Amino acid sequence: MWNQFFPEQASTLAPDVDGIFLAVLALALLFAIPVACLVVIFAIRYRRGAMRTRYVSVHEGRGKSRTWILETAWIVIPLCLAIGVFSWGASLYLRIYAMPANGMDIYVVAKQWMWEFQNPTGQTEINELHVPVGYPVRLTMISEDVIHSFYVPAFRIKRDVLPGTYSTAWFQATKTGTFKLECAEYCGTEHSRMLATVIVMDATQYQDWLSQRAIGGGTGVIPESSTGQSAQNGQETSGTMSDVGGELFQRLGCSSCHHPNGGGVGPSLVGIWGKQEKLEGGQTVMVDADYIRRSIYDPHSQLVAGYPPVMPTFQGQVDEQQLLDLTEYIRSLGSQEKQ
Amino acid sequence: MSTIAPVLRLGNDYINDNYSAKSWLLTTDHKRIGLLYLVTISFFFVIGGAAATVMRLELATPQADLVIPETYNKLFTMHGTIMVFFFLIPSIPATLGNFLIPLMVGARDMAFPRLNLASWYIFVFGSLFAIIALVAGGVDTGWTFYTPYSSTYTTTHVLAMAVGIVIAGFSSIFTGINIIITVHKMRAPGLTWFRLPLFVWSMYATSMILVLGTPVLAITLLLVAIESVFRVGIFDPRLGGDPILFQHLFWFYSHPAVYIMILPGMGVVSELITCFSRNSPFGYRFIAISSIAIAVFGFLVWGHHMFVSGQSVYDGMIFSLLSFVVAIPSAVKVFSWTATLYKGSISWETPMLYAMGFVALFTIGGLTGLMLATLPIDVHVTDTYFVVAHFHYIMVGGTIMAYLGGLHFWWPKITGRMYPEGLGKAAAIIVFIGFNLTFFPQFILGYEGMPRRYAEYDPSFQVLNVLSTAGASILAVGLIIPLFYFLWSTRFGKIAGDNPWGATGLEWQTSSPPPTHNFDHIPVVNHAPYEYETVRRFTPQTTTTVEEHEHG
Repeated sequence: MWNQFFPEQASTLAPDVDGIFLAVLALALLFAIPVACLVVIFAIRYRRGAMRTRYVSVHEGRGKSRTWILETAWIVIPLCLAIGVFSWGASLYLRIYAMPANGMDIYVVAKQWMWEFQNPTGQTEINELHVPVGYPVRLTMISEDVIHSFYVPAFRIKRDVLPGTYSTAWFQATKTGTFKLECAEYCGTEHSRMLATVIVMDATQYQDWLSQRAIGGGTGVIPESSTGQSAQNGQETSGTMSDVGGELFQRLGCSSCHHPNGGGVGPSLVGIWGKQEKLEGGQTVMVDADYIRRSIYDPHSQLVAGYPPVMPTFQGQVDEQQLLDLTEYIRSLGSQEKQ
Repeated sequence: MSTIAPVLRLGNDYINDNYSAKSWLLTTDHKRIGLLYLVTISFFFVIGGAAATVMRLELATPQADLVIPETYNKLFTMHGTIMVFFFLIPSIPATLGNFLIPLMVGARDMAFPRLNLASWYIFVFGSLFAIIALVAGGVDTGWTFYTPYSSTYTTTHVLAMAVGIVIAGFSSIFTGINIIITVHKMRAPGLTWFRLPLFVWSMYATSMILVLGTPVLAITLLLVAIESVFRVGIFDPRLGGDPILFQHLFWFYSHPAVYIMILPGMGVVSELITCFSRNSPFGYRFIAISSIAIAVFGFLVWGHHMFVSGQSVYDGMIFSLLSFVVAIPSAVKVFSWTATLYKGSISWETPMLYAMGFVALFTIGGLTGLMLATLPIDVHVTDTYFVVAHFHYIMVGGTIMAYLGGLHFWWPKITGRMYPEGLGKAAAIIVFIGFNLTFFPQFILGYEGMPRRYAEYDPSFQVLNVLSTAGASILAVGLIIPLFYFLWSTRFGKIAGDNPWGATGLEWQTSSPPPTHNFDHIPVVNHAPYEYETVRRFTPQTTTTVEEHEHG
């Protein structure tokens, strides 16, 4: 009977979220029903005009001790139950936020009013996301303009997509099919039209889809004008994201300072992904997508120790999509990530 | 012990003291200022309600056919900003609070009568900016003004609206200061803190939030204005700002603001339930202290609006825990109200219907609030209709029910005349039914995954949306009826007498309507509030007959 009120359960998290929801609902009813019954009973029993010895004089009844017992009971018992529910919720929340160690990555760029998805192997999609069933999918998301929110009700996940910072989320689909993806954070005029579909396929179908799908920004089924990304550089690059990123790395002149074996003006980028990098000033920072993004847009904010502040900013020259390509390229240079 | 005895009226009451427009516009009488506020916010309630009506009609079908999405976005922004900043926040504090606080503490006026008048002028001045923003084409950011959309992307009139809200905020601060000082310094002889009516306690707690929280909102909106005019990077990452910072600052005020709306309602309901069940409240001190606890904890839970927005996981967990904690004092109130009915002598006049409606709707709103405080549930339902339903249960089901209940209860004191009881009861029941039909389906819509602020929606959601729209039209009828009979009653209503309900509070120990100076003699308080025994037998706070008993 509940199913008709619940959206489809299509991820590993969905049954757990529905489970805790039902538990809290039951607990809520456990409080609400007795209170409602008491109100009704009192309303009838003690209605004006009903002959009943009702009056407890302020002078005789309502002893302080009885009040205290009741008051303490209805403070302590709900508090204990609340802390129990909190702990259950918190442990599930930690699970929702802990990125699985292995899984496939998908990069998401949101903008007014569309969703762009890219697979590291190069396939780009607009407002459609194909994923395999039964496999963790890790999302790295960024917005080009205002705040959006990635929401797939059937997966019970939602995560705001921010401008300027990557946010991450993950899901593991448990059944094949087509599921709604909605933008859940108000983002302007066409907010209610910022929809996409997640298409969950079984593994072999997904492999077929991957291989049939043309690779590279802007080519393939998607008309170039709608992607808007690769067109601006006037040249098409195709291949995996790291291939595209590698070409960018040459073209933008990054390679003239960041030599693979060190000894350049800037630090070598080989093997830095996932490493704790020591900064000028003594702090350390973990090399991740956010750090790379910051280093390209605002190079002097977190300088690696021992290097001069000479790198120019690339803000305005490198867009979000290209940043992701560069990130994938740097990541492909080797990492400290645990496999 | 005393029965209802008429108070000898000396001279004019505050209404017929002077009829000139000047005497109203330059009045420093807290009662007249309360009425000025009543008229002003009723005007805004009608505007905000009209916006809601058009929205609900638009949502009767999945397509954006009645209005285009752009207009829809402006409508929900208008509905939210007007209702929150120009109706709900001033609603009970500025009308009933202004009218009743000096009467309840046995004072001749507020501590700062001219500041009180200034607060109304500031409110009107601020609201002019809001009206200008609406007339010039509206605002489309939502009442939450999330950056960077509001600061650098929208082309609508955010600036005028923000200025209006900041200015109106100062009127809240002035009202808050006035109430705090009045309660501290102007209590009648014998009126100790624990003899204060619970309404006064809740207004005191509310005023703490008004004074401490509102400046943060003003600062935040000024920062938005500075960013959008001078392009200084504060919230927009393109300029080097942080959009999450805005959400922290905004909710630091706007979550306590929810308690600004609900605490006065709780105070009103405590008055109504005791009077109509002829009983002293169960656990007076617990109810009083829980108001203060709510105000204090209310400042520590703002991050529960941001469980999916990018604050750290551990922030999320702390805010979740604190949100569960803040529910406890609210639960204490619900239990206490229920226990107050026990062995009472309950009658069901209109104010009591609203009060019990409040308890029911606030309980549903509060319990669904616990669901939202549960982290994984919030991840799924935040920014959906579940949240919309939840906060309407608190803010409409709670605040408006209490506001209407309070207006009916004190209407004879305010105007000297009774509202028509039959119509009053009918309207209260219509409001209750209409409200539930409007908002209950939205819980289901939200859990099924319909995001809020959608001009168009998936056709599978239509049935529940049609139910909601049908409920809204019933609710509208229920809200329009009192508007007419209140106006009618000011001329044709039955003369009320000074204490038609046989209530114990000081405000009932003066004439109806009260004289401008409230009391011919400053009352001396000898009793706790709420010494009700039966319909006819009760002990007003001023009674001097010796029944030596310190209760409460």
